[in-house]
Amino acid sequence: MDQILELRHIHYAYHNMEGETPALIDISFSMNKGEFVAIVGPSGCGKSTLLSIISGLIEPEKGLIKINGKYLRESTTNIGYMLQHDQLFEWRTIYNNVILGLEVQHMLSARSKEKAHELLDTYGLKQFENSKPSELSGGMRQRAALVRTLILEPDILLLDEPFSALDYQTRLNVGDDIGQIIRREKKTAILVTHDLSEAISLADRVIILTDRPATILQTLPLKFDLEKDTPLNRRNAPEFKTYFNLIWKELNTNE
Amino acid sequence: MSELSAGQRHFLSQQKRHRRIVSVSRVLILLSFLFIWEFTANVGIIDSFIFSSPSKIALCFWGMLIDKSIFLHIGVTLYETILSFILVIAISILMAVALWFSPKLSEILDPYLVVLNSLPKSALAPLLIVWLGANTTTIIVAGMSVAIFGSILNLYTSFTTVDPEKIKLIYTLHGSKYHALTKVVIPSSIPAIISTMKVNIGLCLVGVIIGEFLAARNGLGYLIIYASQTFKLDWLLMSIVLLCIMAMGLYSLINFLERIYQKRV
Repeated sequence: MDQILELRHIHYAYHNMEGETPALIDISFSMNKGEFVAIVGPSGCGKSTLLSIISGLIEPEKGLIKINGKYLRESTTNIGYMLQHDQLFEWRTIYNNVILGLEVQHMLSARSKEKAHELLDTYGLKQFENSKPSELSGGMRQRAALVRTLILEPDILLLDEPFSALDYQTRLNVGDDIGQIIRREKKTAILVTHDLSEAISLADRVIILTDRPATILQTLPLKFDLEKDTPLNRRNAPEFKTYFNLIWKELNTNE
Repeated sequence: MSELSAGQRHFLSQQKRHRRIVSVSRVLILLSFLFIWEFTANVGIIDSFIFSSPSKIALCFWGMLIDKSIFLHIGVTLYETILSFILVIAISILMAVALWFSPKLSEILDPYLVVLNSLPKSALAPLLIVWLGANTTTIIVAGMSVAIFGSILNLYTSFTTVDPEKIKLIYTLHGSKYHALTKVVIPSSIPAIISTMKVNIGLCLVGVIIGEFLAARNGLGYLIIYASQTFKLDWLLMSIVLLCIMAMGLYSLINFLERIYQKRV
């Protein structure tokens, strides 16, 4: 399989006048095209920092990142990033929120606008095109945020606890929903979460991080023997509990 | 519409009653104030030479309306106020943007802005006359000086309190700092800009009147000073009433703009 992402010996620390706080120590892993990886770890262990580094928002202090064989700086691969909250702008309609990325990247054209309408239609948001974000439910908003990311055709999708702001029921539904969308579009995705069941229900592989400073504790490939491999079906599969206990034990014996 | 329940009807009539009491009381206070003033001046309880009276003020206004001199004074003050207001808004938005772009610059300039903001601006007016001369420029600069520093600080504060996650979103969409400004910072600061405008329109009027006290040939500020020196208290009080009306009018103009903006959003 094609390797799309490679991290080698990534180190990162936060600095302030009181001293430095190491956040990431020697993180190395790689991903294949179309793979869905979940990164789990205790809250505040540096998971989000890792995503910011992969997306190029911050530079690692040591180590290198290659995307499609090129260094991150020279890479032209598009990386999409979904934040913890949907961050839809209240002063824009859903349609105008969705094309924000196109605007910023000067890619607004008749064709890309057409695509925005199509995507909104595909994801059941057509009737809300001219609505304000406040008129949508939490799940709908998260979908709109996903469309805003997908319209830029990212090859890698970074998800930073995108469901954590939703209530439990919506969270299961949206997780299922967005998980399936990502599968269908065959996107490479990294999901960061502290919710173990979410990670197990969505990913092909789980990377377990230690408490801060984060190092990789273990990488666990997930295999489900299911006819229809959806997040909700996974939650009912017998393997689910086994994996859950396995990761739970890993995280706790480490403390 | 479906039939309203008794509880809802009761609530609505209570609200209506409340609203009526408020507006009737407001008018009543004004009318009784005018009446007592007029009455006590007429029967000689207060000296109408010093305190004037509503009818004298109205007559005085009528007289100046007939010879059209009042339009010049109102027009001059209005022009100076609006011009200094527009300049204040434009300059303070530009300055706040510059400070937002460079946190270093804002940290360097911070103590200067704080000092200039807390300085009593009327102290500057005599200086401005010497530097700029007794003319309209001085008055406009005086008007600006009252509002501008506070306005810059307010806008800059509102710029820096924009949700950092929203700015992060722009960067995750591969936008630049310029995009963060135009797509996030400015749009989310519009309410703050409008409330700054509401404060500034009043402050500019204060500054313009201070300027007119010292350096004018026309305008309501000039009229006030002239009237007090020649003991024409009808003129003086009329000018104050006109200033009240002008301040109210300018404020409702901004309110109107705000309403238009809110309807659009």
